[in-house]
Amino acid sequence: MGIIQTWLPYILAGIAVGGQYALIAIGYTMVYGILRLINFAHGDVFMWSGLIMIYLITVLPLWLSIVIVIAFAIVLGTTIEKVAYRPLRSAPRMSIMISAIGVSYFLQNIALYVTGGLTKTYPSIGFLQKTVHIGSATTKMVTLITPILTIVLVVLLVLLIKKTKIGMAMRAVSRDFETSSLMGIDINRVITVTFVIGCGLAAIGSVLYFSNYTGINPMSGAMPGLKAFVAAVFGGIGSVPGAVVGAFVIGICENLIKGAGWTTFSDAFTFVLLIIILMVKPTGLFGEKNIDKV
Amino acid sequence: MNNEITLKKKTKSLLSVASILAILVIVYFIDDMGGNGMLVTVIEKGAVYALVAASMNLLNGFTGLFSLGQAGFMLIGAYSYAIFTIPAGSHAAVYQYFDGGLIQWSLVEILEGKLGIFGHYLGMIIPMLFAGLFVALIAYLIGIPVLRLKSDYLAIATLGFAEILRAFFQWNTLGPITNASNVLRKYAVYKNAIFPVIIAGLCIAFIMLLINSTYGRAFRAIRDDEIAAEAMGVNLFKHKEMAFVISSFFAGIGGALLAMFQTTINATPFATTMTYEILLMVVIGGIGSITGSVIAAFLFTACSEWWLRGLDAGMWLGISSPIFRAGFRKVVFAVIIMLIVLFAAQGIMGTKEFSWEGLISWFKNLPENLKAWPAKHKAKSEAKKKERAAAKAAKLKAKEDKKNSEAKKASGEKLFTPLETFDHVVVFDKEGR
Repeated sequence: MGIIQTWLPYILAGIAVGGQYALIAIGYTMVYGILRLINFAHGDVFMWSGLIMIYLITVLPLWLSIVIVIAFAIVLGTTIEKVAYRPLRSAPRMSIMISAIGVSYFLQNIALYVTGGLTKTYPSIGFLQKTVHIGSATTKMVTLITPILTIVLVVLLVLLIKKTKIGMAMRAVSRDFETSSLMGIDINRVITVTFVIGCGLAAIGSVLYFSNYTGINPMSGAMPGLKAFVAAVFGGIGSVPGAVVGAFVIGICENLIKGAGWTTFSDAFTFVLLIIILMVKPTGLFGEKNIDKV
Repeated sequence: MNNEITLKKKTKSLLSVASILAILVIVYFIDDMGGNGMLVTVIEKGAVYALVAASMNLLNGFTGLFSLGQAGFMLIGAYSYAIFTIPAGSHAAVYQYFDGGLIQWSLVEILEGKLGIFGHYLGMIIPMLFAGLFVALIAYLIGIPVLRLKSDYLAIATLGFAEILRAFFQWNTLGPITNASNVLRKYAVYKNAIFPVIIAGLCIAFIMLLINSTYGRAFRAIRDDEIAAEAMGVNLFKHKEMAFVISSFFAGIGGALLAMFQTTINATPFATTMTYEILLMVVIGGIGSITGSVIAAFLFTACSEWWLRGLDAGMWLGISSPIFRAGFRKVVFAVIIMLIVLFAAQGIMGTKEFSWEGLISWFKNLPENLKAWPAKHKAKSEAKKKERAAAKAAKLKAKEDKKNSEAKKASGEKLFTPLETFDHVVVFDKEGR
């Protein structure tokens, strides 16, 4: 009982953070599944959703600002895809990756300019900040809501991918880009839908994630972004449930490490996990085998 | 139209030696007279970044390994240099939270005591070489698992290792050596901008020689086609590991030079942003051109440290505007970089390298090219216009077709006229029957 009492708060925090990572990781895994591109700018879209929330909440009611934040993230994500990735679709993979890094650099610098390099305080959303008691641990409402909301959204997403026509098109495109375009699938539409889903979920994640932290600076998106990407790789890139499992594993382990007093290495752990999984099982937990043909 | 020019080998080497000497003398006197402070900063920082960008290009551009660990390797280089050159008397002040630290001597002072001024420089160069070698060793160890990964997985794994290294150097337990998350300062630094220019120049020259050697050719073979290279007898892992170790060695030396340039170091700024900036320099210069990387490194530092400074201060080229405030410089910069990435992907130099023949013929052809430029531009824009019109027409036609087919479908017409069916099949006789 003693052990559970000491570790329960860390495990709860880990589950919450894991859910937030999962919402970001879905964007990574879906985009990678279809475009074979690590969307380095995804973490910055996430950060920008947080920033916009700060500016909106001063003038608008909460529900409206959340809706606008989600809309903003979707518009930003699809614009990035149209401007920076679409013209390079037939270019070598390295160029698209460099373009993604360039976009990330661009978004960070604009944020730096807008905020003046200062850390902006995230508004406290009363409803999410309510204290709740779980057993012996005291925690915020957001810890409870995050995993539930994440799982509901993921179930909806999986249904979308498995049951609808656009979901079928997504699966086809991620299996074979060229053949599916020959079969009459509108590739650009599929990619746009992918970005819409990914960025929308990232925006929801940002509301949950940043209400746990005091503020946002232009670099706030980079670390959660990288961790979410590792989660996507851990679960098997291209697989939505895999990304979610990976995100929860990373979130919980990270907080347990923090609880053990190794805070310096809580970030490093993620990358150790990445390297181990890439060594042992490069396709991830639920990934499909991919053989390069000569 | 291009006039081919060939120079004798002797003339070329004479030109090279003369220009190198001229550059060194100019650099020395610019710094010695303390004229333009900004220019000196650009020369020093540009030289450091030129070296680091060249080392990254060796890996990304010539071997085709998309590695993003450069900042981490620079971090180790900077620390391993600084730790051994802090004067003995300053240890108590620098390591104030760790009882003066573990190492209580400075190589610079020891050698200076024995060999005078020569020993002073030797005391700076030995730790620098040590920094490079130490980084190379770490890179060797990291390379064993990481280099078995492909393209983007490699990028993420190296990025991850760089972050782990950063966390490691900020670890409190290592405090007596690395001063944990506090800054290291008071270590030996160079006095004239000529020092980084010479060191960086030597290292870049070595990289150039390596690229033109048989090893360099093997690297390029790996970049172009791994499987074909392996089939031709190139040991993939050995050559990748070699490129990785050598590139990291120079990144380590670059880190040591950066430490000297900054006079204080801390692990925090050696984050992914630094790697991104170096990568963008490589891209601007041209992936696969060392000359390009050097030019881009100097342009990049000149823009960010000097030419675009005014955008932050409120006044630039005599224009003042309220939108010119802190950070605007970086926004403009990021826009320029995105434009280059999207519209001029080959960068400044593409995959070409500097040569005297190239330079001379470029100047010789310049008037002609300038004269031909308006016509060329016109032709290009006309071609583009035509293309656009054609695309528009095709779109319209597609729309029309769709409409027509729908109309036809509605009116009950079949989209495909079925082929005639025959009730017998003619089998042609085989030959020689």
